[in-house]
Amino acid sequence: MAKKFDLNDDSVVVIIGSGAGGGTLGNELAQKGVNVVCLEAGKKLSLDDIENDWGAMFGKLSWVDKRQGTGDLLAGLPLWVCKTVGGTTVHWAGASLRFKDHEFRARSKYGEIAGANLLDWPIDPNEMERFYSMAEDKMGTTGTHGIPRLPGNNNFQVMEYGAKALGYTDVHTGNMSINSQPRDGRPGCHQIGFCMAGCAIGAKWSTLYTEIPKAEATGRFELRSESMVLKINHNKEGKATGVVYVDADGNTHEQKARVVAIAGNSVETPRILLNSASNMFTDGMANSSGQVGKNFMRHMTGTVYGTMPGAVHFDRGTQMAGIVMDESGHDDSRGFAGGYYMQTLPGFGLSAIAGNIGNMSVDSPGKWGRNYTREVVENYKNMAGMWLVGEDMPQEKNGVTLHDSEKDQYGLPIPVVHFEDHPNDVIMRNHAFKAGSAVYQAGGSKKQYQLPPFPSTHNLGTCRMSANARDGVCSSTGATHDVPNLFISDGSSFTTGAAANPTLTIVALAIRQAENMSNLLSQNSI
Amino acid sequence: MSNNVSRRTFIQGSATAGVVVSGAGAILANTEEAWALSTEVLSGDTALSILIMARTLYPHDFLGDQYYAEVVANLDEQAKTDSSLVEKLDNGVKELSKVIESDRTYNVPFKDQSSGLQLQNLKRIDGSDFFETVRGATLAGLYGNPRVAALFGWEGSSVEHGGYINRGFNDIGWLPKN
Repeated sequence: MAKKFDLNDDSVVVIIGSGAGGGTLGNELAQKGVNVVCLEAGKKLSLDDIENDWGAMFGKLSWVDKRQGTGDLLAGLPLWVCKTVGGTTVHWAGASLRFKDHEFRARSKYGEIAGANLLDWPIDPNEMERFYSMAEDKMGTTGTHGIPRLPGNNNFQVMEYGAKALGYTDVHTGNMSINSQPRDGRPGCHQIGFCMAGCAIGAKWSTLYTEIPKAEATGRFELRSESMVLKINHNKEGKATGVVYVDADGNTHEQKARVVAIAGNSVETPRILLNSASNMFTDGMANSSGQVGKNFMRHMTGTVYGTMPGAVHFDRGTQMAGIVMDESGHDDSRGFAGGYYMQTLPGFGLSAIAGNIGNMSVDSPGKWGRNYTREVVENYKNMAGMWLVGEDMPQEKNGVTLHDSEKDQYGLPIPVVHFEDHPNDVIMRNHAFKAGSAVYQAGGSKKQYQLPPFPSTHNLGTCRMSANARDGVCSSTGATHDVPNLFISDGSSFTTGAAANPTLTIVALAIRQAENMSNLLSQNSI
Repeated sequence: MSNNVSRRTFIQGSATAGVVVSGAGAILANTEEAWALSTEVLSGDTALSILIMARTLYPHDFLGDQYYAEVVANLDEQAKTDSSLVEKLDNGVKELSKVIESDRTYNVPFKDQSSGLQLQNLKRIDGSDFFETVRGATLAGLYGNPRVAALFGWEGSSVEHGGYINRGFNDIGWLPKN
């Protein structure tokens, strides 16, 4: 039975956010006997609320509270993340790749790169093996633990053919946290498509219907949805004491806490710390380094659509079950640091493709008119699509700040999110665009469209881990350098971004953090 | 109405034959395709002009005008609660009705212009707020219409059909083998 905790119960761990980081941490702690209150800003949906309708689900899932994007970002929608129980694990595509050893040691391996605020992770990659394995087992990741890979859809087969024709060899349907056969009380994938609108049958791992109900079943976990956190309180000793939030009815409460863990994704996590500025923490909580909200990364991304000689129907089937891994290593001879993956990804419906190619691609014959409809829209069913995702460089100028004057519906200053590509990101993207187009050309495509980044779902680095307190916000366990009982529990803690989709690493780090935190709690160290 | 008159002529020339003005709104009727659109807020002239504009922006020979008329209907619906939209559309149509030549400017209602002139005028206002409003409404209202999208190969919701696991997710036939 789901537990109810008193607001004055200061023995609980309060977790802010219920996605990959918060949902996992909550369940792991509850399983270990720790009492948890999880505050989630969004509403709780059930599988019945999930429709195969991009527009409807964008409305139900997305975080659309006012944010301002600057630099390369869309002003009105700088990123595409979720405000719902389960967070962005409801929307994610399921790709679950481990970081490579060199990616944990970016500064040492890549050397000094002008304008890049590179740092090695304060974690030994060998130590991550065990946590990656636990995360893969938890999430049912295909290609691990004896779980078969998913079958390849048409869009994958087009990519596979072209990639192999070019000599790429590490090509398969990926490591996906989408059941290829029934597992953990959830069904196998029905090849529905619409993964990123939410999986209507629950074959894709999401904390919404895995970690959260399992945590609730322990009797030590309380989820409070529609609870928007305003700030974290602290005492004279500089320890976190409670979390102030607004409930669905607009009433403000403070939940007392022994430990506070923030997992609000890379905009909200630093925003909460900045909003918690006080006489003691004048620049925001846990910000003695000045790195809170800095080093925002969103991966080098891009999209290639190719018009193929026959029908592909790329909307059919698991959206991202298809990968070319050959370009994911670090190879200086390509002219950039880090690597990237090519992953299958269709569009988001006819109207999105009909608009996006014209609006975003320089390869398009304009945005409208007879040439546009003939060449682009009328070839919809023949299109193949892939997403390019690679490591981007952390830059101190990219990040999250609070708006000077504009407030949101909770009275909080709206976040201003700034991002500009680093030259390394641009060189890598151009390399990836060429490679992606070549894959489709090898399969007979006469026309490809290269699209710059969409509002990103991968958002990282704004409260990064560092060995030294002056370089970052938290230690390798996610404990902030300044406030021992305040933790960072999401992708904000990433020291660098690596090339891989981040969720598996967020989950692995949350499992690791739960182990560490429960030890500290039982030793009375926090 | 003669059968010799093409559909386009009917639509473009239907200011008197096809549009019935009733109060603030209007009815666009196409007897050949057997559809009618009644607007509550938009005038007949504006409604017909927007329909032509939508078709010129995203033309498909195999689509009848009724699908473009739905774009107009959506805008009319929005305009019920947004009077600034009515003004924007009316003014936009007025702008499109200008014929600008090197030495003079005069007015010909957009709906009565030749298709070449219509195209030229749309290029002239490409990127304006009015243009982008109608373009966005056309992308959403035309390609977002499931009956239209199906004609392009967008198959819509699949969960109620059991997904594609037994319905062709891997049925590609033309692709050679490596």
